[in-house]
Amino acid sequence: MNLQLTQMEKSNLNEKTIQIDSVKFHWSNKSKFKLHIPELSVDKGEKVLLLGESGSGKTTLLSLICGFLTPLSGKIQLNEKLINDLSATKRDQYRSDNIGIIFQQFNLLPYANVIDNILLPLYFSKLRSANVSNQRETAISICQSLRLPEDVVNMKASELSVGQQQRVAVARALIGNPPLVIADEPTSSLDTDAQTIFLDLMFSQVASSNSTLLMVSHDKSLSSKFDRVIDMKNVSVKEQ
Amino acid sequence: MLLKLTFNSLYARLLTVAMTVFAISLSLMLYMSVEKLRTSAYTSFTDTISQTDLIVGARTSSVQLLLYSVFRIGNATNNITWESYEDVINKKEVAWSVPISLGDSHKGFRVMGTNSEFFKRYKFRGGQSIELEQGNNLDDLYDVIIGAGVAEKLNYSVGTPLIVSHGLQSFSDHDDQPFKISGILAKTGTPVDNTVIVSLEAIEAIHVDWSTGAKIPGQITPVEEIRQMDLSPKNITAALIGVNSKLQIFQLQRWINEYPEESLSSILPGVALQELWRIVGVVENLLLGISVTVIFTTLIGMTAIIFSSLNERRREMAIWRAMGASPKVVIGLLMLEALIISVMSIIVSTVMLFLTLYVLQPWIDNTYGILVNIETLAVKDIYIFMLFILSASLVSLIPAIRAYWFSINDGMTIKI
Repeated sequence: MNLQLTQMEKSNLNEKTIQIDSVKFHWSNKSKFKLHIPELSVDKGEKVLLLGESGSGKTTLLSLICGFLTPLSGKIQLNEKLINDLSATKRDQYRSDNIGIIFQQFNLLPYANVIDNILLPLYFSKLRSANVSNQRETAISICQSLRLPEDVVNMKASELSVGQQQRVAVARALIGNPPLVIADEPTSSLDTDAQTIFLDLMFSQVASSNSTLLMVSHDKSLSSKFDRVIDMKNVSVKEQ
Repeated sequence: MLLKLTFNSLYARLLTVAMTVFAISLSLMLYMSVEKLRTSAYTSFTDTISQTDLIVGARTSSVQLLLYSVFRIGNATNNITWESYEDVINKKEVAWSVPISLGDSHKGFRVMGTNSEFFKRYKFRGGQSIELEQGNNLDDLYDVIIGAGVAEKLNYSVGTPLIVSHGLQSFSDHDDQPFKISGILAKTGTPVDNTVIVSLEAIEAIHVDWSTGAKIPGQITPVEEIRQMDLSPKNITAALIGVNSKLQIFQLQRWINEYPEESLSSILPGVALQELWRIVGVVENLLLGISVTVIFTTLIGMTAIIFSSLNERRREMAIWRAMGASPKVVIGLLMLEALIISVMSIIVSTVMLFLTLYVLQPWIDNTYGILVNIETLAVKDIYIFMLFILSASLVSLIPAIRAYWFSINDGMTIKI
């Protein structure tokens, strides 16, 4: 690892994008599942891989970070803002302003074209919209950076290949430079070569946006590509 | 953008949405058709006779007098004498009158004796006059004019000979005095269509050899001799009266009802028609009930369709949520979808209704005598449409609230 820190990396030191303290959560209808995370933090600009078996609570943790769910106790801070105290509406707004989300698959609105899919978050976030001067051109530019063919931008999402859909999902997550990008197993449906190409493209775009990346996967072979790997086994405490 | 994406979403489910719109449109069209028929039946019924101020007959109830004099249903309890009739029409308030003599029939159709005033004064559907479609007026004593329904059902044409039967269900025919069809009336959609019209003198002529309802045995007066006889009517069944001023109607009505020489009844046709409609109004209520049920079923159907599409759209809603849409936006999207579907259904149903009515109007008029108005939508229809849109938006709240809970609980956990 390069020990020379860039100016940007220096400025990111000690700034936490995610800070979780003593968070406890369980589903009311799933009495057996209980999630307890004593402490977890992600620094600004970090690329973190969250590893864990199926059912270990990875996606529940993402839902808590995104503000879809609220913990029963503890604190979740994003960019030093305590989000679990916010009202549901404010959490929705905070999410749209600060988080770009990439789902595992079926990421896009199938009936909308690529440009509309990419620009969708800007409709809900004035903050991210203000970061983009010319929305259409920016969307096309990100598509080009992600090596999507030119003619793809006007195509319906349902007409794209899985790989193309994932790249469009990355473009949508990154538009308007959100501070945090969360990806929920985006490579699970790609083969090894496609995974490498996809991750390289995503990393370069995340870096150019100066965003923090938290990606969930159960594939340990991806570990070497990230700055840091967090294993759910090590951050969560089993409570039966 | 939301509106555009909602339309895109609907377009992406074109077949399902089109079937939904079609199903709702059919229901709405059924509702509007029933309403149109209901109102048109009422209008046609109350327009059976218009511009007649009073109907005079022997003392009876108003509905019965209306039934036999206008609808040719049932029998008069008694006749009124020609002298009484003349006393009435000689009143200064009377502008015109049409005497009617009923009692005989032809193959189930009522025979009505009257004079030429009938063709001038009898109005229907807000003032329309009856017109001859073929042939001529009653020029000869044994001429007969038949309604369009009689001509159609019995396949009669001008010149066809016709025998009048005595009474309504009699086996005795006035076959010694055959009539000849001189004219056929145009379709009116009123009981006139099913009436055989002869002159008052003809009614007297065919009863020359009859006494107290029975043929005098062995008496056959030759037609030539009858033609020379004084055939002035001695009795009539009823009379249609027009007054000079509407202000005089009640005054004249009271005078007739209190006429000392004979027990007479005079009725206001409009009031009697309303009274009669109230009696047959059960059918109207039934139609109204069907209309309401159809609309109710339509709303349930639409809710069911939105419900059934919810599961396949949970991923879509999760994406909306991830992009920052609040659950309220998700509810709004589903309600907007219901709104678009209901507005499209209203447009499609209205177009379908008017096309159908345009094609079927002549047939409905000819077959049932109901003139369906296809010119405009009634104000009531517009209110119903607005109520439907409001109700559709409200019932779509049920699946929308379910979607709200999906979107709150799913978060990023949904894996479809």
